[in-house]
Amino acid sequence: MKITIASGKGGTGKTTISTNLSSYLAIGADVVLADLDVEEPNSKLFIEGDLVFEKACDKRVPRWIKEECTLCGKCEEVCRFNAVIKVGDEILIFPELCHSCYACSELCPTGSLPMIPQKIGELKHFKTENLDFVEGRLDIGEEQAVPLISQVIEYVDEKFSQDTIKLFDAPPGTSCPVIEASRGSDFVILVTEPTPFGLNDLKLAVETMRVLCQKFGVVINRHGIGDNSIEEYCNAEGIPIIAKIPNDRRVAELYSKGELIYPKIQEFETALKQIAEFVGGIK
Amino acid sequence: MKEIVIISGKGGTGKTSFAASFAYLEKENAVIADCDVDAANMHLLLDADFRYQEDFYSGEVAVIDEENCVNCGDCKEVCRFDAIHVTDDQHRVDPISCEGCWYCSRVCPVEAIDMKTQKVGDFYLSMTKAGSEMVHAKLGFAAENSGKLVAKVKNEAKKLTLANKKEFLIVDGSPGVGCPVISSLSGADLALLVTEATVSGLHDLKRVYRLVKSFNIKSACIINKYDLNADVTKEIEAFLEEENIILVAKVAYDETFSKALSQAKTIIEYGDSNLKTEIEKSWQHIKNITKELK
Amino acid sequence: MKIVFTAKGESWDSPMDPRFGRTDIFVVYNEENDSLSFISNADTETMEHGAGLQAAKKVLELSPDILITGNGPGNKALEILKRSKVTMYVGAGDMTVKEAYNAFLAGKLAKFESRV
Repeated sequence: MKITIASGKGGTGKTTISTNLSSYLAIGADVVLADLDVEEPNSKLFIEGDLVFEKACDKRVPRWIKEECTLCGKCEEVCRFNAVIKVGDEILIFPELCHSCYACSELCPTGSLPMIPQKIGELKHFKTENLDFVEGRLDIGEEQAVPLISQVIEYVDEKFSQDTIKLFDAPPGTSCPVIEASRGSDFVILVTEPTPFGLNDLKLAVETMRVLCQKFGVVINRHGIGDNSIEEYCNAEGIPIIAKIPNDRRVAELYSKGELIYPKIQEFETALKQIAEFVGGIK
Repeated sequence: MKEIVIISGKGGTGKTSFAASFAYLEKENAVIADCDVDAANMHLLLDADFRYQEDFYSGEVAVIDEENCVNCGDCKEVCRFDAIHVTDDQHRVDPISCEGCWYCSRVCPVEAIDMKTQKVGDFYLSMTKAGSEMVHAKLGFAAENSGKLVAKVKNEAKKLTLANKKEFLIVDGSPGVGCPVISSLSGADLALLVTEATVSGLHDLKRVYRLVKSFNIKSACIINKYDLNADVTKEIEAFLEEENIILVAKVAYDETFSKALSQAKTIIEYGDSNLKTEIEKSWQHIKNITKELK
Repeated sequence: MKIVFTAKGESWDSPMDPRFGRTDIFVVYNEENDSLSFISNADTETMEHGAGLQAAKKVLELSPDILITGNGPGNKALEILKRSKVTMYVGAGDMTVKEAYNAFLAGKLAKFESRV
């Protein structure tokens, strides 16, 4: 079972829900949580565990072999991403801009640009008492999140059995990284809050899920703080509302310290139970 | 003209609520630019009228001309993004996976692959309920915010500010630490960092400040929800002092933010509150800071 | 001496463009023969990424002694610019080209070395 937790906008409580839900589910099942918000991975702040595995993640970028090069300029001409630039009698490579399309390398008439691995970030695997946690962290300045996200997903798929519940904490927004994080999942939980901002961003996220033909449902966080427009929208669109988490200042306080919420707040635990039951019924 | 860019690194800190309130206070004397195009929300609070629209194009996708395609499979072979599949004996491009690298179109022996620019969103000019002009954009499905789009929004906003001799350009900046936020900071007189007293708020503040610092832009900070966690607030204050960032205000956890939001009102319109007074003072403080800049 | 400015127009009275990579125009002043010329940088407008690199390449080809701009180029553009002998000055983003030139002569602009 693979579940992605996403949200149209940042700050809706996506990380709070994924860290708490994974810990809660881990009481009675094998669970792994993967933080795919590789540009701003924050889940680790809420999870204490021992590092059991780490590795550098690569993408392939060209390397210039000066001796073979005739400075014909074909590489610069075919690169759509400004990652290969001919300056005087040098070919400069800007790995952060490279999309690893291989065009420069394979279209080079003299084979002067072999593709070599270049580090873009790290994958870390932690173990707590009953939960596995995997995190991808993109190096600062690196712009390609997707290759790292797919490597983290791959690691999780290989390492854990079919019976393990796999939770993926997606990056915010509706762009390529979110799509990468949602595509292979059995179900996507969209976390939103009951305000006009929340609704505006939820609509974008719903549109994305529909184009991907992805099954999804909504969790309303901070319920009671705003209006009913999210519920009205979901009802009109036939989108299941999985749980409503009541607004509570104590949640914000626990979050601010990086603590888990459900062991201390009953209503929060009830909401997690509803999510767990809903998810359990999907299969 | 002074350009103030409001950024936060992480979502949910109240950045847009502050930006909209400042815009409301400054009325027609400011031009507003919403560069948070991933989650463009400012128009909701300022009741933008979308009076001018323009299509925004960015990136390209491969399109196979099925009449001329000989289905040799060269394109599929070179594609590193698994974007070309054969369905019903015809090679077809999955536009979501296509990176727009042009490799397939370059190797196609019969030149049956065209690269088409895609409409990825809409660009708008609006009048707000505060009487100010606003420049904003909306991205469509799977579109990625880019330095290019942010640059367009900011450029148009700056032109308007200069042409109409307005005093302030208020920019709601992009999230994260990537190309869009760099583009939104470019040319700013003051970067206003809105953070919150949470461990992740502090974490992301430090990350985004590294960027601001590299641009040598004068910085100020508002700590929102400061009373949630006294220890983190202290840590943030120490960080601000160390980096010589002006602390504009510490604002208490306040549900007025969401309540005002639910009525599509800025804090200023929502009625008298401590928060309103706090925001009015903050804006005055920010204006004073900009006066002292060269 | 050859001086390049990032600007929004083609003349001495044009406002400077504080941006490097996405500047509208590079204005080129040749002190030797007191001539002012310009080259467009409009092609970078359509680039999502790497605009600074193409702009830096243009500057390199102009081979000026001095570059005067607003914020200063980013790290990737610097990688290219350091292959030229150009000295960079920043902080002229709010001026006109003429004012920026005068400020440079008066030693009022900060020299730009590199980013943190």
